[in-house]
Amino acid sequence: MTVEKTYIHGLSVRVFHWINAVAIVLMIASGWQIYDASPVFSAITFPETVTLGGWLGGGIQWHFAAMWVFVLNFLVYGLINLINGHFKSALFPVGPRMVLQDLGQALKGRLAHDVGRYNAVQKISYLGVFALLILVILSGLSIWKSVQFAGLAALFGGYDGARVVHFVCMALICAFIVMHLALVAIVPSTLLPMITGWARKGNKHAV
Amino acid sequence: MLFKRKAPPLLMERTKAVINVERRLFMRQSLSLGALALLSGCDFRSETDEASISDRILNAMSQWNDKAQAALFDPTKLAPTFSEADIKDPFPFNAYYGEDEVRTVEEAGWKLQLSGMIAKKDSWTLAQLKALPQESQITRHICVEGWSAIGKWGGAPLGEFLKMVGADTSAKYVGFKCADDYHTSIDMATAMHPQTIIATTFRDQPLPPKFGFPIKIRIPTKLGFKNPKHVMEMFVTNDYPGGYWEDQGYNWFSGA
Repeated sequence: MTVEKTYIHGLSVRVFHWINAVAIVLMIASGWQIYDASPVFSAITFPETVTLGGWLGGGIQWHFAAMWVFVLNFLVYGLINLINGHFKSALFPVGPRMVLQDLGQALKGRLAHDVGRYNAVQKISYLGVFALLILVILSGLSIWKSVQFAGLAALFGGYDGARVVHFVCMALICAFIVMHLALVAIVPSTLLPMITGWARKGNKHAV
Repeated sequence: MLFKRKAPPLLMERTKAVINVERRLFMRQSLSLGALALLSGCDFRSETDEASISDRILNAMSQWNDKAQAALFDPTKLAPTFSEADIKDPFPFNAYYGEDEVRTVEEAGWKLQLSGMIAKKDSWTLAQLKALPQESQITRHICVEGWSAIGKWGGAPLGEFLKMVGADTSAKYVGFKCADDYHTSIDMATAMHPQTIIATTFRDQPLPPKFGFPIKIRIPTKLGFKNPKHVMEMFVTNDYPGGYWEDQGYNWFSGA
């Protein structure tokens, strides 16, 4: 039996994805450790078992070590995919009407799937999470260097404002991760292509 | 574990050793499952005294972050300043001990000692320090824990003072030893920053004991724990002096 396969995820996408997956988990878990030392919202704290570092000093060490991996990986991926045109061809065109249309189709279970091509809902989700990653980096830089990057921090309403933005971005990124993992659980055939690059051509990918 | 560079002899003090052992056990017990799963190849639970691989990597990264922050530090860039109305009232007390353990230093017996790479090592009374040209600032105090509070401090710029006493300003570090058994150190560039002051007042009043009487080094370009209170001795050196929290794992540079 021969299965026709198609190459859907390039090397730079796959390398970025997995380094980013590890880095973001380290950033979030160590970030929760730091957050707990002085919660922005007193009603929200994170249990010790899901935090990384053991204490504030350890959390800070992890956060500012993983930071380099997270940011450099994102920059390299961003540059490669902006230059080679993948970013544009995979995620554009997209607009509100297309998103609503595809969302409606998906909810009715009638969204057509084309292996290796994103629908409008996927496009807007990935664009959204990229925007969040950029915002979480910029707000993070503002907290880390509120004097050296005072101008940047001012865009977020100063040091305290940057802490709120940083937290909200983290929460939205967590929401993305939950959705992302839920969809992979529903359609496990999407997992292997993110490792090998190759997908079976006939596969139906539901949203 | 989390020791940076070589542990200074001060750390061998019994109480600190106990705290560190506790912290060590605490860290081993509380490492999250997620981290263990991700880095299961690393020797997290090394029972020997040698730092585990992950700790060695984290310490190396923290030292790399010291260098990165020193490179980012602009000696002319001023910390944002605020108005009197922005001052936090009451301004929070913070130290490695509780407010009921605040040290009371008597002005009568106190003199600021100078040592290390400083030409004129005469000690200074509070009155002498207050007679120097004074600056005041309303700046944000940022705690390593994340909270911040705006306060007003006044005193003589540290950089001018160091030049006046003939300190070797090409040396790497300025260290501080305090009456509350605290100690810390900063880079020379930050010591020479125009907003780094030998604070003798808070909100235009003599520094109260809880904020560091008789003097506190106020450094708005650094996190709060780098701003020592009740300073007894100031020294200039090229040998890394560490600090109370820094020796336990807080990043040494900790610049804002």
